[in-house]
Amino acid sequence: MLLLALDTSTPAVTVALHDGERAVAHSTHADARRHTELLAPAISDVLAEAGVDRREITGVAVGIGPGPFTGLRVGVTAARTLGTALDVPVVGVCSLDIIAREVTMREAPHGSPFLVVTDARRREVYWSAYDSAGVRTRGPEVGPASGIPDALPAAGAGARTYRDAFPGLLEPEFPSAVFLAAAVVDGAVDTCEPRPLYLRRPDAAPPAARKPVLTPVHPSR
Amino acid sequence: MTSQPLILGIETSCDETGVGLVRGTTMLANAVASSVDEHARFGGVVPEVASRAHLEAMTPTLHRALDEAGVGLEDVDAIAVTAGPGLAGALMVGVSAAKALAIAVDKPLYGVNHLVGHVAAEQLENGALTEPVVALLVSGGHTELLEVSDVASAAKLLGGTIDDAAGEAFDKIARLIGLPYPGGPHIQKAAADGDPSSIRFPRGLTSERDMTRHRYDFSFSGLKTAVARWVETAERDGVPVPVADVAAAFQESVADVLTRKAVLACQERDIGTMVLAGGVAANARVRDLARERCAEAGIELRQPRLSLCTDNGAMIAALGAAVVEQNLEPSAPDFATDSSLPVTQVLV
Ligand SMILES: Nc1ncnc2c1ncn2[C@@H]1O[C@H](COP(=O)(O)OP(=O)(O)OP(=O)(O)O)[C@@H](O)[C@H]1O
Ligand SMILES: [Mg+2]
Repeated sequence: MLLLALDTSTPAVTVALHDGERAVAHSTHADARRHTELLAPAISDVLAEAGVDRREITGVAVGIGPGPFTGLRVGVTAARTLGTALDVPVVGVCSLDIIAREVTMREAPHGSPFLVVTDARRREVYWSAYDSAGVRTRGPEVGPASGIPDALPAAGAGARTYRDAFPGLLEPEFPSAVFLAAAVVDGAVDTCEPRPLYLRRPDAAPPAARKPVLTPVHPSR
Repeated sequence: MTSQPLILGIETSCDETGVGLVRGTTMLANAVASSVDEHARFGGVVPEVASRAHLEAMTPTLHRALDEAGVGLEDVDAIAVTAGPGLAGALMVGVSAAKALAIAVDKPLYGVNHLVGHVAAEQLENGALTEPVVALLVSGGHTELLEVSDVASAAKLLGGTIDDAAGEAFDKIARLIGLPYPGGPHIQKAAADGDPSSIRFPRGLTSERDMTRHRYDFSFSGLKTAVARWVETAERDGVPVPVADVAAAFQESVADVLTRKAVLACQERDIGTMVLAGGVAANARVRDLARERCAEAGIELRQPRLSLCTDNGAMIAALGAAVVEQNLEPSAPDFATDSSLPVTQVLV
């Protein structure tokens, strides 16, 4: 098997190829804000690095957020298009779960409950809570960091932005496609349709009443 | 002529998800999904709503286009995609899909200009263009007068709107007189029963002074205010608003200015062909007046059918075909979308 895994739900554009036993190639551009530019070359690079042809890909896994919409869609669109063009299945994984998986792998076997908190802009965060085994117990949700009920150590970039809201920080900051791929191969995360977790409605309001152009007529005295 | 390369075009610059397939100037498929209904209650395109809809529509539209043409992805020789101008988030969906597709089929990818795509669409209707041409592009987002000396590589902007796009003006006036969104078709329908000469609305940027500074530019905000004032005055005076007459007179003003300046551009630049494109080019009065005035001036008028006037993927494939025919370099794999891509840049 050859699983292509990718995530663009944070500033990191991350891509990995997994052959069923290990990640055979990976690429991560952390802190990138140019998802559309970076993703395709990163996919070509991992294929080249692994020395495989794109027709050998047997499946695609993609982080479905939550995350800033525009960047998130870059990865989900690419994953779905590759799946359809290569005629292979595409699965989605909550991007916070990818970070959680890495936390659990790093901390095991001494783990304790923790949070994953990523940046949702507008002074808010996307967050989920996990038990000591890395099973999601709440979330994903969006809201101010101060509104998270449990005081637990937190992974993810959002925990770093609102440092004071958490008793401790955990690695990593961003999801890694290496952990995404491994988690999917190992059946260690829930997978679903590759549909973005937006959590917020689009900003849009029905048009306000039109301002009159005539100068108001004053009632005659 | 199956010997010509098969080009797949993807368009997502606004609210239509389009995938088209073209060989040379022959259209094999033109699949379009529109999110226009989702925007109706907001009275205009909401970028995030459009972007979400593009993501959902992308692969189904791709499959529809392939089915329509009776080809497989393995038959595709090159891919073209709208790189700009347009809504940034919307463009990124199309470009991300196109880049992934280019990797999957291992074929060259060309990021092209949406506006020039509208001009290239005409080649699918009436065959290869004989450049130079003047193109009048009028849609919900654009009102531009272009001079195209080579559709694959050389276009320049003669003028454009300094405020609202023509389609936007149709949509706003429709709201003002109580017609649904998108306003263009409804105004046209209402205008059919009205008298265009019953009210004389202003013609934007046509005064002698404006014709020196803004010779090929357009403005519709003054017209919009004039219509609003007229309607409000009637309402204030308790007179029923003659919707048909207002629609007809408004439509006449838009059609008059658009075609007058486009014909002028042809004459002054000694160009014998005018191409009319964009959603507003679907307007019957704009089409008729353009035909009439071009005939008088001895200008050949070329306008594609309606489905090729509004945003679609076949127009992008048509431009891709022109670019491929000239053996131009594919776009770099890391090319970016450009929401304000200048018309002078046909290929990124
Ligand atoms: N018969 C008509 N008369 C006048 N205007 C029309 C007619 N039909 C459609 N329109 C207008 O055309 C516009 C839609 O055209 P189109 O789909 O080409 O543009 P868009 O998607 O809004 O923007 P763009 O093409 O610039 O990205 C709308 O503003 C609509 O009101
Ligand atoms: Mg449109």
